[in-house]
Amino acid sequence: MASSGSGYDLSSSTFSPDGRIFQIEYAAKAVENAGTALGLRCADGVVLAVEKPLVNRMLVARTTGGYTRSTSTRASRSRVSSATAGRSLTGRGRRRAITRRHHGTKIPPATLSSRISAYVHYFTLHGALRPFGASTLVAAYDTGTKRHSLHMIEPSGVCYEYYGAAAGRGRQPARTEMEKLVVNPSRVPEGGEMISVSEGVRQLAKIIHSLHDDAKDKPFELEMSWLCEGSGWKHEGVPREIIAGAVEWAKKEIENEGENDEEGDDDEDDEMEE
Amino acid sequence: MSLSLQSGGAASRALAPPSTARAIADQGNQMTTRPITTGTSVLGMKYRGGVMLAADTLVSYGSLAKYKNARRLLSINSRTLIGAGGEYSDLQSIADLLRGNALNDRCTADSLYEEDNNEECAGEVWSYLRAVMYQRRNRMNPLWNDVVVAGFRQNPDGTTTDSPFLGVVDKIGTAYEDDVLATGFGAYIALPLMREKYRPDMEEGEARALLEDCLRILFYRDCRALNRVQIAKVTMDGGVLVSEPYELDTYWDFKGFVTNKGEMGTDGGW
Repeated sequence: MASSGSGYDLSSSTFSPDGRIFQIEYAAKAVENAGTALGLRCADGVVLAVEKPLVNRMLVARTTGGYTRSTSTRASRSRVSSATAGRSLTGRGRRRAITRRHHGTKIPPATLSSRISAYVHYFTLHGALRPFGASTLVAAYDTGTKRHSLHMIEPSGVCYEYYGAAAGRGRQPARTEMEKLVVNPSRVPEGGEMISVSEGVRQLAKIIHSLHDDAKDKPFELEMSWLCEGSGWKHEGVPREIIAGAVEWAKKEIENEGENDEEGDDDEDDEMEE
Repeated sequence: MSLSLQSGGAASRALAPPSTARAIADQGNQMTTRPITTGTSVLGMKYRGGVMLAADTLVSYGSLAKYKNARRLLSINSRTLIGAGGEYSDLQSIADLLRGNALNDRCTADSLYEEDNNEECAGEVWSYLRAVMYQRRNRMNPLWNDVVVAGFRQNPDGTTTDSPFLGVVDKIGTAYEDDVLATGFGAYIALPLMREKYRPDMEEGEARALLEDCLRILFYRDCRALNRVQIAKVTMDGGVLVSEPYELDTYWDFKGFVTNKGEMGTDGGW
């Protein structure tokens, strides 16, 4: 990031001479420091996974509130970073979705995402407002087109659709890992097939665990949810026993890979009990 | 400006017609004073392990049988059913409100797992609805329905008990619970029959047979009833189930229906 304090970073209504708005970049920085959030669009649904750091070792697990929320029964979102900013955004999205129900329709995923992004973008335009320090992943199913999708909205208000999206601290290596998975329908190798949600759950668990440095990072809870054929295209938490199984598999995989690499990176997982 | 002899003075001002603005305001404040499109009775009964509701699918426009496939039994969440007679649009608005509440609860819940979150139980929905109906009635703008709420009670810690709940709220906010309930014309025709036959340990089949009998009798006796009906139930393990509309067999050859009365040479009737 460019030098701060040069006077151009005081307001999101001011461009710097080289054409940047520092307040937005700082907001993005807030997201970069937060726990990793991943989304994967699989053949039969979408999986969301969030690394939820426990800020204090004495916190009671499962009581800190979910980072993943349902916006309606057919759409959900995960957020990263600033808890309060994220709550404000999810509330906004929920009200949007509920308003739309009064018109007798369910809000289509692209519309929901673009509404949220317009709202986020608005907060980057005025000197009096602070941009949202939160990225939002939106997993949704369109009952009209029978298609499921994954969108990500960033603090700048940018909103794109993804096969695999990552935000937060581990986003770069996570993207590299997700690129190895078969999630793009136009790039399915000969004789291969698209990844399923149950495989997606295992892969995301593996990515989150492999990015976590137990010596350095805070303990975390792994929160996973899906919206898939198996859940009746409703957004639901991935059953805890499936997450536990995925984590067990992931740890074994990571261990095996570590042995193959012969890099004495011993991974003693003292992760919180699921 | 009046040119009469009385013009001027306090007396003439008091007699002056209301101002235009006042007249418009009066017109703009008209409340619902009668329902337009109406459903008739809803019947409800507890049985062993659950609660069952029954209603026909007719919505009348005055005495005209206007909509013959209108569903008046609706699920609110996985443990609560409502059924209503009276103004059908008001019922739709009540269902929107209650389902909106249920969705809001779901979307603001702390956990992603349904088993961690407690849905509103029937008792809560019923109490809430009582407050809504009473408030609307005090604003002289009632929701013109008698609503039957069926489901289960809740423990103090929010978990659902296995004790069934059946309650009714009317358009002025009167609310009560009972083991058997009927609204509208059914309160006169069906309720005595249901009370006579009711046992707390009734099996599901018995309960359904009794309710179907009552609906059939209501179709014979209530000019705003239909033989196309729905049955709905809430059970502890199965959640809510609302049947598709179906038709009841009827038998019109009862002696009392066909024999002449009073030697008037008519085609029978009663």
